[in-house]
Amino acid sequence: MSDFLLAWIVLVPLLSAVILGLLYLYSIRVAKLSNTVFSFFGLSAPFISLFIGLGFFLQMLGSDKVIIYKAYKWLQVDNLVLDMAFRADHLSIFMVLFITFVGGFIHIYAAGYMKDDAGYGKFFFYFNLFLASMLLLVLANNPIIMFVGWEGVGLCSYLLISFYYNDGENVEAGNKAFMANRAGDLGFIVGLITLFHYVGEYRFDYEGISLAIATVPLPALTFIGVSLFIGAMGKSAQIPLFVWLPDAMAGPTPVSALIHAATMVTAGVYMVARFHFIYDLIPNVGLYIAYIGAFSSLFAATIAMRQTDIKKILAYSTMSQLGYMFIAVGLGSYSVGIFHVFTHAFFKALLFMGAGAIIIALHHEQNIFKMGGMKKHTPLIYFTMLIATLAISGIPPFSGFFSKDEILLGAYARGEYLLWAIGVVTAVMTAYYMFRLFFVVFYGKNHNTKRKIEYVSGYMKIPLVILALGVILSGLVGIPEVLGGHNLIGLWLENWSNDYAEVSHNTEFILMSINVFAAFIGIFIAYKKFFNYDMTKVPKLSGLVWNKFYVDEVYNFVFVKGLQRLSSFIVIKIDINFIDMAIMELSRGFIKTGLFVSRMQNANTRYYAFIMLTGISAISMYLIIKLG
Amino acid sequence: MADSLMSYVALAMILLSIGILGVVSRKNIFIIYMSIELMLNAVNIIFVSLGRYYESMQPQIMAMLVIGIAAAEAAVFLSLIVVLYRTKKSLNPDVFTVLGQKRE
Repeated sequence: MSDFLLAWIVLVPLLSAVILGLLYLYSIRVAKLSNTVFSFFGLSAPFISLFIGLGFFLQMLGSDKVIIYKAYKWLQVDNLVLDMAFRADHLSIFMVLFITFVGGFIHIYAAGYMKDDAGYGKFFFYFNLFLASMLLLVLANNPIIMFVGWEGVGLCSYLLISFYYNDGENVEAGNKAFMANRAGDLGFIVGLITLFHYVGEYRFDYEGISLAIATVPLPALTFIGVSLFIGAMGKSAQIPLFVWLPDAMAGPTPVSALIHAATMVTAGVYMVARFHFIYDLIPNVGLYIAYIGAFSSLFAATIAMRQTDIKKILAYSTMSQLGYMFIAVGLGSYSVGIFHVFTHAFFKALLFMGAGAIIIALHHEQNIFKMGGMKKHTPLIYFTMLIATLAISGIPPFSGFFSKDEILLGAYARGEYLLWAIGVVTAVMTAYYMFRLFFVVFYGKNHNTKRKIEYVSGYMKIPLVILALGVILSGLVGIPEVLGGHNLIGLWLENWSNDYAEVSHNTEFILMSINVFAAFIGIFIAYKKFFNYDMTKVPKLSGLVWNKFYVDEVYNFVFVKGLQRLSSFIVIKIDINFIDMAIMELSRGFIKTGLFVSRMQNANTRYYAFIMLTGISAISMYLIIKLG
Repeated sequence: MADSLMSYVALAMILLSIGILGVVSRKNIFIIYMSIELMLNAVNIIFVSLGRYYESMQPQIMAMLVIGIAAAEAAVFLSLIVVLYRTKKSLNPDVFTVLGQKRE
């Protein structure tokens, strides 16, 4: 297969986005187009990309080949050349495959979810623009092009969060996401610039950097590692830049599924894996990343236990799962982190899509304590949600079990027992809050019986089934050897993992049972408290956890109010009281001087004569003294 | 010779000073005009006495020229005074303040 097709993985969604954008403009300005037209262009793009990606995948199967396609020279400064180049290696092709696969089915789902929306064409325009940016981020051959994709996904995330822009709250949520991401991007760009300062003179693509990275002094390398991770914090919603993710649920549910669960938020994990040659040299920063991940994971799980909005629960659980991924990549098991990205993409997308289907069925009701008894009405959603919930809780043989188990195994084997313990505690909490949601939504009794259940179209059901199959099967590619399988993911991403001390098979079995046991404890507690929950009882909606530890309020006070005070200080004290005053005084000074000077023009002839004669006398005296 | 020149110059300076004082201090246009003429004549005296002193005709010619111009000027000046008097019925120069800065 020719290498130029690599560019088309990105170009196809981009082209489709451009076409959709133009068609949408035509549709609102000239004549209304039917949804079928938009669907045709919107839905075909991810699948075409998927097939091209599959082609490359098959080509690379069984070899360590890295395909680099240079499309054109993007930028030349002195002797530094930046190419618009695409890189297909095991990591990026793997990412491309599941992004386009999950993305494609979320597209189909979105076609059902958005069918009555006036902005149908616009939605798919943004959606495919997002897909193109995400694929560019993944396929880029140098960090600059990656950064272009990185910003592109941020932009699309912003556009899609505030998709229903008539509601001011959604716009605010979009702004919040955009600004939190900017704060992270500042770190990212500082990291890139520092990196460029040390190794960028000659080649600034991944291979060149990895060859030259050993020459960078360790403190600078640490700084680069931390700065780049700050970018990942923003993108992947880790402490302290996570506040935007729960609010981002203001967007349509397919957006939450694709962007804020399956793909964009995992860009930070991908970035750390991509820059593994840096993080390999600075294990301390890696440990820091792992601890940030662990605490984010615990923190988010704690908050998720008390939320009532179905999408917010899922948002916090996304943040929690991202924390797991950062534990893995921070400890150097990049392949395991990516494996969890992969399985998480399936089960979290499925959870969001299931939640979206329920929300649609109940006419945009998002409070789980106003749902209840949905098992009877939507059996298909019930089964798919059950599979996804089991997967995220870590029950074998569903996919989440394998990846989570491997993460915790890695933490244990490296002797990071605290990380391992946090991971296990979070696993209990995960199982608890997920099954709390599940039991309340599907088994809650005494719910409002007068409600009307809306029909959920096939467009939304088919992707649910396919992704449910994906959730079951995606774990099978990573069965650990101790269970008699082959860890295909581990083999495929061999270059992206560091060895650690092997633990005995017995230990491995014990750890595994602990994980499963932890999940069952969580499920059991949830079962006791919420099975056949009486929906007339509304839980207490107060306290520290319900208010999300007041993080939003603290940020609001420190950053928003702080900035407001700073800007009002600048406006009143500096601008009005100083600069404006100075200018006004200057002009008043001119007027005063003018008035003073105008006193000479008093039309008094004798006065004029006197001045004139004085002047003449002075000049004469001067001349006499000087010349005489 | 030099002593007598000095006394002519002294006379001229006294006349000039009187003229200056008259221009600055008096409130009648006629008197101001006469003071100006006085200053011109003080200059004339200097011209003439210097011409004698250096035995040159050039200062004498200058003096003649000044007298001629002063005569022409007198005609213009007197007619101006008549016009000014007709507009304001006054010969006080402080009345004519139309070109000055208006002050509240």
